Amino acid sequence: MADFEPVLLRRVGRPLDIWAYRADGGYRPLEKALNELQPPQIIQMVRDAGLRGRGGAGFSCGLKWSFLPKDHPGPIYLCVNIDESEPCTFNNRYLIENDPHQVIEGVLLACYATRATTAYLYFRYEYGKAARIMQQAIGEAYAHGLLGDNILGKGLNVNAYIHRGAGAYICGEETGLIESLEGKRAWPRIKPPYPAVEGAFRKPTVVNNPETLSCVVHIIDRGADWFKSLGIPSSDPARPERGSYGPKLYNLSGHINKPGTFEIPMGITTQELIDKYGGGVWKGKKAKGAIPGGLSTGILTAAEFDARLDYDDLARYEIMGLGTAAVTVFDEDTSIVDVVYNIARFFSHESCGQCTPCREGTGWMLQILERMRAGQGRREDLDILADVGDRIGIIPGTTICGLSDGAGWPIKNAVKKFRAEFEAYIKSGQKKQTVSLALAHH
Amino acid sequence: MAVLSEEIKQKIRDHFPRYPNKQAVTLPALHLVHDTHRYVSLEAIREIAELLELSPAEVHDTMSFYHFFREKEENRLGRTRLWVCRGLACMLRGGEELLTDLGKKLDTVPGSRTKDDKISLEFAECIGACEGAPCVLINDEYRLDVTPDKQDGLIAELRQ
Ligand SMILES: Cc1cc2nc3c(=O)[nH]c(=O)nc-3n(C[C@H](O)[C@H](O)[C@H](O)COP(=O)(O)O)c2cc1C
Ligand code: SF4
Ligand code: FES
Repeated sequence: MADFEPVLLRRVGRPLDIWAYRADGGYRPLEKALNELQPPQIIQMVRDAGLRGRGGAGFSCGLKWSFLPKDHPGPIYLCVNIDESEPCTFNNRYLIENDPHQVIEGVLLACYATRATTAYLYFRYEYGKAARIMQQAIGEAYAHGLLGDNILGKGLNVNAYIHRGAGAYICGEETGLIESLEGKRAWPRIKPPYPAVEGAFRKPTVVNNPETLSCVVHIIDRGADWFKSLGIPSSDPARPERGSYGPKLYNLSGHINKPGTFEIPMGITTQELIDKYGGGVWKGKKAKGAIPGGLSTGILTAAEFDARLDYDDLARYEIMGLGTAAVTVFDEDTSIVDVVYNIARFFSHESCGQCTPCREGTGWMLQILERMRAGQGRREDLDILADVGDRIGIIPGTTICGLSDGAGWPIKNAVKKFRAEFEAYIKSGQKKQTVSLALAHH
Repeated sequence: MAVLSEEIKQKIRDHFPRYPNKQAVTLPALHLVHDTHRYVSLEAIREIAELLELSPAEVHDTMSFYHFFREKEENRLGRTRLWVCRGLACMLRGGEELLTDLGKKLDTVPGSRTKDDKISLEFAECIGACEGAPCVLINDEYRLDVTPDKQDGLIAELRQ
């Protein structure tokens, strides 16, 4: 692991323009694909590589592509999900700001494999810098015959457009994204039909994360076996598809000496990431815990930092998957109530309001935590929090999308793992008048 | 009285070839108008709807979903929109204090603008720049590591 050379981030610090990208070997995997591989072969390679989506759900990329209807007259769309709004996550931003053409090459390979002819790159509004870097790169790609009609003279036609959001987390949910793209309120759709069958503008649509697409470039370049040589196989021999393969971008933030984006083969432990890459917890303190993969995934206590950050191992500690691989560390002096309050406030603010359990449930959890922080907590509050957290979401079957699962999960997780601290907090009746409380009504 | 200039209308029309229908141009159109006018009036909504061959209610429905757009003139944006992140990584490193301090120094509250019309203060959920917490977004570009010693400089820069 020590001698791992970055793959996705290999060009950080190199010029962003297309000439430099090509000089570094860029767009050669695309040429190779167009010259030597048929679309079904690419889909098979991506499946063989065991590439799982980097956007949070971890679904097999090749399998998703294979769900598209065969012989569809078109058009087929590709939506690149650059909404990246899971709190404490910024690896897509870093990837695009440092190597936009790598993402475009991934887009082109995906379009070739799926026969999509239009790619919409949906950027969250806050990523203005990344969107402008991407716009420049798209312009260069058109000028070099790498976008538009008859790409590289091989008959591939792809147009790519940037579409910018307007500050709503729910636009990252793939059908919320599609509704938003269509000019409507970003209310997620009931599935099925899945986007592969009926997505944007009621046509077959593939939604992928830009890191997933960047991985495809290197699978074509170096082969499925190479990709599988990085990472960790499934712990269940009966389900080999559950392995965690390839390079992965990890984010580190919070009470850490060196926050940032790090590329590491899948499966590093939380402790190792914090110590080896993040330079340890700040101010010489100890960690109390960490959010392992974006707020939705849950909370690890410091005693659980032996958990490997992959698709499999986190379940040992009741964490809901790898999420966005964004680790946020909080130190021993942080109040768990503050952390959980921040999480509840986020989800209550971002619930799209379409499903009653999510709209009301996220609001109730926030109110209970507000009350607790106003010194008015009650002992039974903890059971109510855990109960609400348990009842909202697509997993119990009460809502349309996964936002509510992500809202409930970390709260019930925290109540279970930090119950004693919550109880002591409530008993002390301490008050915490924060800015967020004071400004809550604006 | 028409409120959209021919220039804005043309910029909106320029988006049509990118999408299979005109409704998909709703967000781009709202951004174009909002950036220029600093709010989107009812009349502007009507004119956008006419261009996109939609009912004004459809445009308004979409617009009101995103709490991003200002609808009223008295609540329009100042010259620069300054978003302070209140996400977890920022909270852990002084984000809430940053929001309070900036509110005091600018003599305004999130959602409002300074008396000189130059700065609109906002809070934001995680802006995806947590490696530089606490951080802010100036319109749509992040500024990292806005520690207490940098607050005055930031305000002076935005007031210029
Ligand atoms: C509430 C919610 C928010 C999401 N936000 C994002 C996001 O910002 N970026 C992303 O790639 N996927 C996000 N997802 C997952 C997408 O729905 C989808 O699975 C993903 O974009 C597929 O790409 P992938 O297979 O390449 O990972 C979100 C899902 C939910 C339920
Ligand atoms: S679960 Fe929540 S966010 Fe998802 S569709 Fe329902 S109300 Fe909206
Ligand atoms: S929490 Fe502030 S940028 Fe992520």
